[in-house]
Amino acid sequence: MSPDLLKLIFGRLGLESLPLHEPIVVGTFAVVATGGLVMLAGLTYFRVWGYLWSEWFTSVDHKRIGIMYMILGIVMLLRGFADALMMRLQQALAFGGSEGYLNSHHYDQVFTAHGVIMIFFVAMPLVTGLMNFVVPLQIGARDVSFPFLNNFSFWMTVGGAVLVMASLFIGEFARTGWLAYPPLSNIGYSPDVGVDYYIWGLQVAGVGTTLSGINLICTIVKLRCPGMTMMRMPVFTWTALCTNVLIVASFPVLTVVLALLSLDRYVGTNFFTNDFGGSPMMYVNLIWIWGHPEVYILVLPAFGIFSEVTSTFSGKRLFGYTSMVYATVVITILSYLVWLHHFFTMGSGASVNSFFGITTMIISIPTGAKMFNWLFTMYRGRIRFELPMMWTIAFMLTFVLGGMTGVLLAVPPADFVLHNSLFLIAHFHNVIIGGVVFGAFAGIGYWFPKAFGFKLDPFWGKLSFWFWVTGFYLAFMPLYVLGLMGVTRRLRVFDDPSLQIWFIVAGIGAFLVFLGILSMLMQFAVSFLRREQLKDVTGDPWDARTLEWATSSPPPAYNFAFTPVVHDNDAWWDMKKHGYQRPLTGFKPIHMPSSTGTGIILAGFATAMGFGLIWYIWWLAAVSFIAMLAVGIGHTFNYHRDFDIPADDVVRAEDARTKLLAGAK
Amino acid sequence: MNTDTHAAHADDHHHGDSHAHGSFSTYMLGFVLSVVLTAIPFWLVMSGALPSKQITALVIMAFAVVQIVVHMIYFLHMNTTSENGWSMMALIFTIVMVVIALSGSLWVMNHLNSNMMPIHQMTGMK
Amino acid sequence: MTVAVNPAQSGEPVFYLADEHPHPEGYSTSLGFWIYLMSDCLIFAILFATFGVLGGNYAAGPAPKDLFELPLVAVNTSMLLLSSITYGFAMLTMQQNKIGQTQMWLAITGLFGAAFIGIELSEFAHMIHEGATPQRSAFLSAFFTLVGTHGLHVTCGLIWLVTLMVQVWKFGLIEANRRRLMCLSMFWHFLDVVWIGVFTFVYLLGVLR
Repeated sequence: MSPDLLKLIFGRLGLESLPLHEPIVVGTFAVVATGGLVMLAGLTYFRVWGYLWSEWFTSVDHKRIGIMYMILGIVMLLRGFADALMMRLQQALAFGGSEGYLNSHHYDQVFTAHGVIMIFFVAMPLVTGLMNFVVPLQIGARDVSFPFLNNFSFWMTVGGAVLVMASLFIGEFARTGWLAYPPLSNIGYSPDVGVDYYIWGLQVAGVGTTLSGINLICTIVKLRCPGMTMMRMPVFTWTALCTNVLIVASFPVLTVVLALLSLDRYVGTNFFTNDFGGSPMMYVNLIWIWGHPEVYILVLPAFGIFSEVTSTFSGKRLFGYTSMVYATVVITILSYLVWLHHFFTMGSGASVNSFFGITTMIISIPTGAKMFNWLFTMYRGRIRFELPMMWTIAFMLTFVLGGMTGVLLAVPPADFVLHNSLFLIAHFHNVIIGGVVFGAFAGIGYWFPKAFGFKLDPFWGKLSFWFWVTGFYLAFMPLYVLGLMGVTRRLRVFDDPSLQIWFIVAGIGAFLVFLGILSMLMQFAVSFLRREQLKDVTGDPWDARTLEWATSSPPPAYNFAFTPVVHDNDAWWDMKKHGYQRPLTGFKPIHMPSSTGTGIILAGFATAMGFGLIWYIWWLAAVSFIAMLAVGIGHTFNYHRDFDIPADDVVRAEDARTKLLAGAK
Repeated sequence: MNTDTHAAHADDHHHGDSHAHGSFSTYMLGFVLSVVLTAIPFWLVMSGALPSKQITALVIMAFAVVQIVVHMIYFLHMNTTSENGWSMMALIFTIVMVVIALSGSLWVMNHLNSNMMPIHQMTGMK
Repeated sequence: MTVAVNPAQSGEPVFYLADEHPHPEGYSTSLGFWIYLMSDCLIFAILFATFGVLGGNYAAGPAPKDLFELPLVAVNTSMLLLSSITYGFAMLTMQQNKIGQTQMWLAITGLFGAAFIGIELSEFAHMIHEGATPQRSAFLSAFFTLVGTHGLHVTCGLIWLVTLMVQVWKFGLIEANRRRLMCLSMFWHFLDVVWIGVFTFVYLLGVLR
């Protein structure tokens, strides 16, 4: 075949795009491919494809979609953490003339992929998954406002993750750092596919994120059960509302910035170039208008989880509910006013820097108010140190430390010293791990019994907890020290041998975290095997306070046989206090949305289009785009998208629960 | 129905139609207003009727703001009651965000420019 | 929903609705679509910000004065304004259940929209022909992207309009179709609002500069 024809069919994709010269990547591929094949074979052998397709992949049930988000987040955590271990090992080795074991081409991809994956494909799915699962239950709704859209959003997120994962074995990922600043990310300096993988991976996932944000806002605003006024919403639902408002207000910015960068790369425009009037600084400015709200998108739901956990395990009403709500709203607004603190050193004048320094410091006030609310909730409470509560206490200690180094970095003169140093790395891992990751783990431990009907095994959970917490401190405290000594981020080799000991300690810490992750996987496996002993028959294993605990574990597809009516902040607590009797008769058919495969098909075409654009396979991009349009429009011709669950089925499900409850007594 | 549950579910009763629709006269009024509000700024700029460019700029921006409000009211039927005020709330929040992003970007980027080597020297260096 | 739910009234508080009506289909749609428009609004805001920052960087290339023909922009603006009022008429006739007239007004709206796109494309072609390409300077990059994104939205609106006309033709003015027409109406008028920003800040202020 002629080279022209090959180029027409395969774009710039060729055999040489496969990273066969990188033994580490080939080894990883072998492991992943073998594991993947074993899994596929297993799924085929046990004939679960049909079940997965009809009950999960095409499901519009918010609970199942939430669980699938969580699985995506945990799978991607393994990939992102593998990158982290590789970096720690490289930095612990590369001293005294040693080059370590990673060449710069590979190392630069590793740190970029680590950042991108951890933020977009670990933290975001975990947070979105928890919101998806919990919010409709907490507000007494049957599903989200737009169930089909929810399924589509999830698969778009998966599509983005698939593109990023594909870059490991087909071609390469960006070598630019997780925000891909130009001019480095411009076509002149990054001519290969790495940045394109980055752009299209995030664009595809970003569509999903924005749509799921709109969906959850609508759900919270429109579908609350009778009696649940705004100021009676559980705090987690409040934080979910604020987070989704932030998503809708900030992800469009990311979409535009990446679109402009791709125009620069594909069409040759001059937004962020150094020539013809372009300004790379405009990219930095715009991407942080998205980037700073993004960190609050992640941490606000975590705050909500901690609020639920603290009040449940202290056996008390949350202290200062109103102030908690206002603090959340204030953080939401303020998070939009601080973005410049990410580039104090870029050359703005004193007035600009001091404005953004002060707004940044102000954010610590509502955050501090929240911290005191949690402490006062615990004060004179009957605290049960179950796993979610342990994560919460670890969070409170760790997050305060991270918050304080954040305030330190908010002082522009201090930032001039610490900018892009390991001190910054330590700071944001301190808040993201201490806040978001611990929060997600607390949430997983707390709501797991609701999702699956059995509790998580406490032994392996506690093991995981202690590995994580000690590992975290060992891994990141040395980075604060190194940062203060002036070591900058993203370095591959070091000259000064006196620094090595700190990197070795950090490496040990990372290894402990690795053990923590393994213990957590072990915890899932052990809990599954012991599911009969750990069974939750009551639907309320923690003696909790909010509405999601009023239904069975796992909840039926319709969540509540009768829509609840709420009279108090802690709705379920209030119901228990008033001797609420579960209705046993009078069930009616329940109107529910039907499953559809359109979401996964659309997202599949979007992913294929991204792949075509990355590799300049124009026909694939065009065909996928047209197919997407056709399927999308075709879907609008289907006017019958819901069905009734027959009353008999409801009776059967509710009777089964009645039996269970009777057995428990 | 008592006020307790009414608060959260007020829109249950007039669902679907909580939206204002407008009538022929409001649409026409909106149309005439926007034609006028479009024509005047075009005329101001094309004829140079006002003495200074700054004044012209300010005036046409004011016209734009007024016209946006006219469109919001007469074509998009914005009011404080649709969707229990949530539409208006979303709009106000968005306007705040737009103002922050626009004015913030301009402020930040101008500051960067003013602290850099002037453009005419840069082009001379090519 | 006729249950008494206040504990003070009936002694025993009611904790569930024995007799409920599911939310009507499309209960959240208009709010959801409005929130989507708000997010779209931010997309345009960022493009305006980019134009605001980079719009003066001509890189020794053509400036707005050399490129923009205000009479043409005025004609184009009137196309969009006319399409707005005709869409309004479509909505009014829809409320009176007059399918034929609704379809007619929708078709007229589509023609005005298509005329708008046509004029815009010819303007672009003319500029590119004169060497004022999107690659020429940051100003032109920002100009083409901002105006082009608006044009792209109008194009999407046209595709949507045609789809809806087919659906109204096939299924009539059923509730779902009325809701969709209402969403498209919001979209269409929203694009009009964005265009006010475009002609004021890009064209008029550009020529003033």
